[in-house]
Amino acid sequence: MLAVVGTVPDDDFPLVEGEARLERGRIILGGHEISVNRGTPALLAAALRTGERLNSPPPSACLVGDTGKGQGSRRLYDHLVRDGRTLRAGVVVFHYLQPDVDWHNKVLFAVEAISPRPTLIADAGFMYAAKMSGQSEAYELFTPDAGELAFLADEEAPHPFYTRGFILHEENRVPDLIDRAYAHGNAARCLLVKGRLDHVVSRKGLHAVIDRPATEALEAMGGTGDSLTGVVSALIASGMETLEAAVLAARINRLAGYLAHPSPASQVMEVIGRIPAAMDELVERERTAGESRHLG
Amino acid sequence: MLELFRRKKPRTGKGREKRGRGILVFDHTSEVIRAETVLKSEGWTVRVMGPPPEIRSGCDLVIEFPLMEELNILRTLEAAGVAPLQVVPVVSPLLQPVELFQTRVLGRYVMVRAANMKLTVDTGTRTVVNVSGGGCPDVPYLAREMVGKPLEEAPEPRAIGHTLCGYALQLAYEEMRRQCSQW
Repeated sequence: MLAVVGTVPDDDFPLVEGEARLERGRIILGGHEISVNRGTPALLAAALRTGERLNSPPPSACLVGDTGKGQGSRRLYDHLVRDGRTLRAGVVVFHYLQPDVDWHNKVLFAVEAISPRPTLIADAGFMYAAKMSGQSEAYELFTPDAGELAFLADEEAPHPFYTRGFILHEENRVPDLIDRAYAHGNAARCLLVKGRLDHVVSRKGLHAVIDRPATEALEAMGGTGDSLTGVVSALIASGMETLEAAVLAARINRLAGYLAHPSPASQVMEVIGRIPAAMDELVERERTAGESRHLG
Repeated sequence: MLELFRRKKPRTGKGREKRGRGILVFDHTSEVIRAETVLKSEGWTVRVMGPPPEIRSGCDLVIEFPLMEELNILRTLEAAGVAPLQVVPVVSPLLQPVELFQTRVLGRYVMVRAANMKLTVDTGTRTVVNVSGGGCPDVPYLAREMVGKPLEEAPEPRAIGHTLCGYALQLAYEEMRRQCSQW
């Protein structure tokens, strides 16, 4: 089962933990309705849409309100350490949270005490904290974009804001940056690097590059990376091997983006709504290709 | 009169950059952003930088300033209600914030990226249409407050943001305003 840990951009939103569902384009969690535009609600909505097609049980979520002051995130960290229910899900994805090395280490320590150890995925602020703490290798998957990959590759930078200029975060340098991130122990076992090209890699090297369909407008759209992380998390929680899940997630998210016919002003729910159609289309393509191979 | 004269030029010259620098340490990044605004509006030349490793705890920023102006600067900040937690001399190089901007034109939209943050504006209406990137929890909040508003009317990230991602978005916003003035 999948558990999603993150924040909602509303300081008045309480700490809520429980099974999440999606109704009329809004997340329902513990009697609260949450709008989906970007951030953790977008990740959760994408995971829910993916899980529906896989007949997976709905993910649980542990969310708290935080608009950047950090109090909500620290309350959530404290809760995770004291009450490990969320951490005992088979797959736990950590998302938009205030990067805080001390709290990151306490949470990781709590995870290490759980048997069997959950599979950990990190993106956004919690990925920053994982790298800052030198504990990246405790994670199964990170899902950085090209700029965040440059941050992982810069062994000195405590945040993407301080990535040194000579480590240019240009997409044509992605393979070099991946090597550098692994060389310094600042990458998870697997990486899904989001961008104009999606790179799927592990410590053993490049596994796949996914470049189609290419929809330029998606780069400007907030939340498409969150959506991708939600899809891959749901696939991994369904039992799929991580590298295979990352490749499939990239294909699903790209196709959902393409099917939404977006402009740079489109909002991410338009993409998330197309995830089931994208999954169906990919299944159909596989079936047709399989028949062709069989006939051939 | 003397006060007016003093404020017409930056209060630190380049010749002093390398000697006697200190950093102002605050409890929270949002206080750094506020203190920077106060000091710059008072004419001080200060720089927002990354803290040295020994005082680094998370999503951190500090303000670098000329140590010999410590008392004046502290007085200014105390009067504004944003006194720092600590004043520390600089003994090792501080981390430099990313200074590179990347601009992409997507049809009638322009996207500016600063560090890990991207801001997209419709050049026809000058409306903020998207905010993307980032990982700190004020990013979704900033996006909610800015998207759909004309650039000139949208709140500045420095006014409502609290983290390094918020500060990076401020840099993208300033660069977008600069480019916008040329459209």
